[in-house]
Amino acid sequence: MSAASQVLAAEGFTPPGPGDFELPPIFGDSLLFTKPALLLVLAALLVFAFFAVTSRRMAMVPSKAQYAGEEAYGFVRNGIARDIIGSHDFMKFVPLLVAMFFFILLNNVFGIIPFIQFPTFSRVSFAYALAGLVWVIYNGIGIWKHGFFGYLKHVTVPAGISGPILVLIVPLEFFSTVIVRPATLALRLFANMFAGHLLLILFTLGAEYLVFEAGKALYTPVGVLAFILAIAISFLELLVQFLQAYVFTLLTAMYISGALAEEH
Amino acid sequence: MSLRFLAAEEGEPNPLAPHLAEIVLALVVFLILVYLISKFVMPNFEKTFAKRTQAIEGGLAEAERKQAEADRQLADLNQRLSEARHEAARIREDAREQGAQIVVEMREQAQAEAARITANAHTQIEAEKQQVLGQLKMEVGTLATGLASRIVGESLEDEARQRRTVERFLAELESQPAGQSS
Repeated sequence: MSAASQVLAAEGFTPPGPGDFELPPIFGDSLLFTKPALLLVLAALLVFAFFAVTSRRMAMVPSKAQYAGEEAYGFVRNGIARDIIGSHDFMKFVPLLVAMFFFILLNNVFGIIPFIQFPTFSRVSFAYALAGLVWVIYNGIGIWKHGFFGYLKHVTVPAGISGPILVLIVPLEFFSTVIVRPATLALRLFANMFAGHLLLILFTLGAEYLVFEAGKALYTPVGVLAFILAIAISFLELLVQFLQAYVFTLLTAMYISGALAEEH
Repeated sequence: MSLRFLAAEEGEPNPLAPHLAEIVLALVVFLILVYLISKFVMPNFEKTFAKRTQAIEGGLAEAERKQAEADRQLADLNQRLSEARHEAARIREDAREQGAQIVVEMREQAQAEAARITANAHTQIEAEKQQVLGQLKMEVGTLATGLASRIVGESLEDEARQRRTVERFLAELESQPAGQSS
């Protein structure tokens, strides 16, 4: 809770706000030693550790660990990369998509893991970073594949459209592909994590306030109900966290596939 | 209410504001993760997938090869069987033809033999007949001469005598053996 809300606590319940996402540095003034930053690194380490362990001793008949690793890897490799990009080009993007899906998934799930309880991508800068990277990658692929002007035409002129309508279509397509895509990609992930976490702390802090601080016996059952709802919302959040990781990776694959496509 | 809202407005940060340090950190961490996965994880998985695919395809190819071999052998056996059947039919046909031929030959032989025997018999009978006729002519002459002399000797007294004479003659004839009658 921010200082402002603590001051106001005497007057009554203060709902959590964006301030709850500005965690102080763990030591010193360094911006890099904040909880979200450490969680980000931890997630990367865990994802790599999982795959390193499960792919260490590969056998034709997989062990349980190897099977788990293969399933996880195959889910993104076949379910996203190959299905969306197509069997011709997808291998180049498998590491990117596998890393992306599990990195985002773990960072999101941090939101409901006890004692961690902070979805890393509720810090918008992380989402900006990944979306920016995706933007660079798919535009880079498009330019590499079609040439700069070829790609501009590929992006802005849909197949089978000609004539004066292009005056309208070209700016719209450019705007949607080049500017809106990365923004929606980042904001969709960020906003879901941010809102989910806000909702969770609203319910849990509200339950705590109603049970312990409001001082009215009548509020206690309402507080308990709020707490039960918080648990239910946690499960809902788990679904959202998975979906957002999936959607982010799926859209990345679709953007790459769109940039690679010969024709619209 | 409005006061708290204002306080929030002033004190609380904009959640959409980017922080360069965090952006750089996320990029660095994520790119390292991508690199590690492409370097250490993906080759292992892909190698295993490829090996597994190969093993399955190898097994299928082996099975196909064996199936083809079995088919080939079956065809071979069937062909041999039908050849054997043809052979047997041919042999049976030959045997039947030969049998028929033998029967025809035997019949011809038998007919020839029969004809030969018949001819022999005819010849012999003819010869015997000639011989008997010769003898008969001679005997008839002798008999006629003897009978005539008796008839003449006994005279022609009466009919009863004549009859006795003839009967005696006949009885003599009968009592004589055929060979000595001449």
